[in-house]
Amino acid sequence: MKAKVAISKASEGASGLTGMWRVKKPIIDPAKCTKCNLCWLYCPEGAIARGRQNEVCIVYDYCKGCGICAEVCPAKAISIVKEV
Amino acid sequence: MIIVTGNHAVSYGVKAARAEVVAAYPITPQTQIIEKLAELIQRGEMKAKYLRVDSEHSAMSACIGAEACGARSFTATSSHGLAYMSEMVFWAGLGRFPVVMAVVSRTLAPPWSIWNEHSDILAQRDSGWLIMMCESAQEAHDTAIQSFRIAEDERVLQPVMFGLDAFSLSHTAENVELVEQSVADGFLPPLDPKKLPVFLDTDCPITFGNMLGPDKMMEFRHIIKEALDKAKPVVEEVARGFSKATGRPQVGLIERYRSSDAEVIVIAAGASSGDAKDAVDSLRDRGIRAGMVRLKSIRPFPGDEMKAAVGSAKAIAVVDRDYSFGLGGVIACEAGAYIGERLRSYIAGIGGRDITVEDFQGIMLETLQKAEGKDAGYRSETWWGLKELE
Amino acid sequence: MFTLKDLPVEEYFLPGNAACPGCAAVLSIRIALKVLGAKTMVVIPACCSSIIQGYYPKTASKVTLINTAFAATAAMASGMLAGLEMKGKQGVNVLGWAGDGGTADIGIQALSGAAERNENFIYVCYDNEAYMNTGTQGSSTTPKGAITTTTVCGKAERKKDVPEIMIAHNIPYVATACAAYPLDFAAKLKKAMGIKGLKYIHLLSPCPPGWRFPAEKTVEVGKLAVSTGAWILYEWEGGKYTLTGLSKGLLEKEKRKPIKEYLSTQGRFRQVGEDAANALQDDVDSIWEKMKKRLDEQEREQRQP
Repeated sequence: MKAKVAISKASEGASGLTGMWRVKKPIIDPAKCTKCNLCWLYCPEGAIARGRQNEVCIVYDYCKGCGICAEVCPAKAISIVKEV
Repeated sequence: MIIVTGNHAVSYGVKAARAEVVAAYPITPQTQIIEKLAELIQRGEMKAKYLRVDSEHSAMSACIGAEACGARSFTATSSHGLAYMSEMVFWAGLGRFPVVMAVVSRTLAPPWSIWNEHSDILAQRDSGWLIMMCESAQEAHDTAIQSFRIAEDERVLQPVMFGLDAFSLSHTAENVELVEQSVADGFLPPLDPKKLPVFLDTDCPITFGNMLGPDKMMEFRHIIKEALDKAKPVVEEVARGFSKATGRPQVGLIERYRSSDAEVIVIAAGASSGDAKDAVDSLRDRGIRAGMVRLKSIRPFPGDEMKAAVGSAKAIAVVDRDYSFGLGGVIACEAGAYIGERLRSYIAGIGGRDITVEDFQGIMLETLQKAEGKDAGYRSETWWGLKELE
Repeated sequence: MFTLKDLPVEEYFLPGNAACPGCAAVLSIRIALKVLGAKTMVVIPACCSSIIQGYYPKTASKVTLINTAFAATAAMASGMLAGLEMKGKQGVNVLGWAGDGGTADIGIQALSGAAERNENFIYVCYDNEAYMNTGTQGSSTTPKGAITTTTVCGKAERKKDVPEIMIAHNIPYVATACAAYPLDFAAKLKKAMGIKGLKYIHLLSPCPPGWRFPAEKTVEVGKLAVSTGAWILYEWEGGKYTLTGLSKGLLEKEKRKPIKEYLSTQGRFRQVGEDAANALQDDVDSIWEKMKKRLDEQEREQRQP
């Protein structure tokens, strides 16, 4: 069907693999994580996946490394390291 | 058959076309179009929503929003209202929202003038809208209905505006045969939202209008170019279909009036064409083979059709009730691309000045006399009846 | 009370979009769409959010979204509502999502018109306090003292109080919110969904590149805006003001942190000297005094038989 106008469809990575933007990388320490999910709440990107038991993991394909997750984590379970 | 003004003839046409959303803002001299529609809607005689918007810009924005949700939308404006709306006129044209709009053509300011001129509507000619100009209240009524049919045609899917000359058409009452609802319904089916280029439906979520790079824009604009090209036969087809449905002759892209054997032809658009035709008759009575070609369609520009209509006539006068400063009369310049050196350009009726039957006679006689002279073509521009300012 | 668990896990605004790292606007639309759900149509004018969606043929939005011209948000939303009504489509949430420019400046006419007609949709202004999409030019909601490219020595004029303008229109619901308190924002959206007529939420949206602070501090800066009293969280319904969230406890000046703590986090306030900062503190205090008087008066009226 020939296009009539430019209709855009929903897609992850609408701006590409934005994980490549990172200069700093957040790493969650599962031992310290209390599964409060505040990082999931505050991640602007929605790049923290939340599992059924409220476990969280960072989607590095898209994480832009803003570092908000580390700031809001009450258990200090997220460390920021330099992106290599 | 009733006696109505051009404006009200439009209102009744829009009613017969079962427009579903009317979002409009008043401006002289179109106001009566929307007042009548407000009355019909708010008194329950017409099933539609009347959006009393805060400006013409909002009027077109609302029409686009309504059309995007599958509702047949209409608005009307003039002059500064159209100029203010212009951003969204382009939005509708480039976004392919098949809205219909009536424009009562009126001079732009300053100084303020409420009187007739075509510069306002012609200034929107690059927008991707179809543009038509009406000659009579009957035609305005008929064109209102046809416009929806053309706009929503699968080969077109572009918005359509049609013009009425300020006061000489908008406020002049004529005999009009109103199209019966059953006839209109048979001619104009309900809008099928699935055919719309942009249709918002939460069952099938889309995003429309986000950024698109230089790598693809040309191709999407080309689709609009093709739509306007394909619109030409659609306009003719719709006119024929409407004529059949109503038993009334209809004009498609152009109207030929005694032009097939004419030695001098005047080309014009809008309500003054009636006076031009009277001038043609008058000259014919005097033994001069005069003729008239009326451009009903301005976009798509009926260049080939006009060229065929003027045949081998050597004396052609284009009368512009408009002006593009720094170049010339819009219609003369556009017609010039097709009939080049043969035409003489006349600028008349600026600011609402009457173009009388005598004026048209004078123009045709002068054109005949000066045909094939060294100042033919749009470079021959004459501001007809220009006086000295004190 | 809206809790974290009340928010669905599903993302309606997908990752990998074009937002700056640490953007409060994308955080907020992500939250908003979780509350509003799939049966939503969003109208977005020219602003950061137009770009954040990403380039054709992709979009980060999983819900229906139509882009519109800068001035047109509220008018386009009004038209959509008319169209939906004529087509018998019920239960669709229409959301106008506009920046401060498209709300307080170029967009204010259409917004005022929609308010006067009491159109049935939710309008959220995400206020990053400048024209950020075009590189940080001053808007009418830029606060006094803030540097932008068109207020190079710091803005001389005060911030336009858009929530008060919307209150003056007497629409059913007006609220302020802050991106740093997403659950407070979510609760207000949820409430708005249940009200008929125009609902207006003015959301403070801290912007790392525009306000000049590191990306990881977005939530901290937002929280300081509220804890210093620079930004008040409240609702207004039927003539009644109610403070929400942290703002509830800040009526007494000593409960509020000094404004300097907020100003010092952001490079855009670097030219605010001692005197100017004191003047800004006085401004904040007088706004709170006004709010206190209002709330006291409300309380008195309620107690009267």
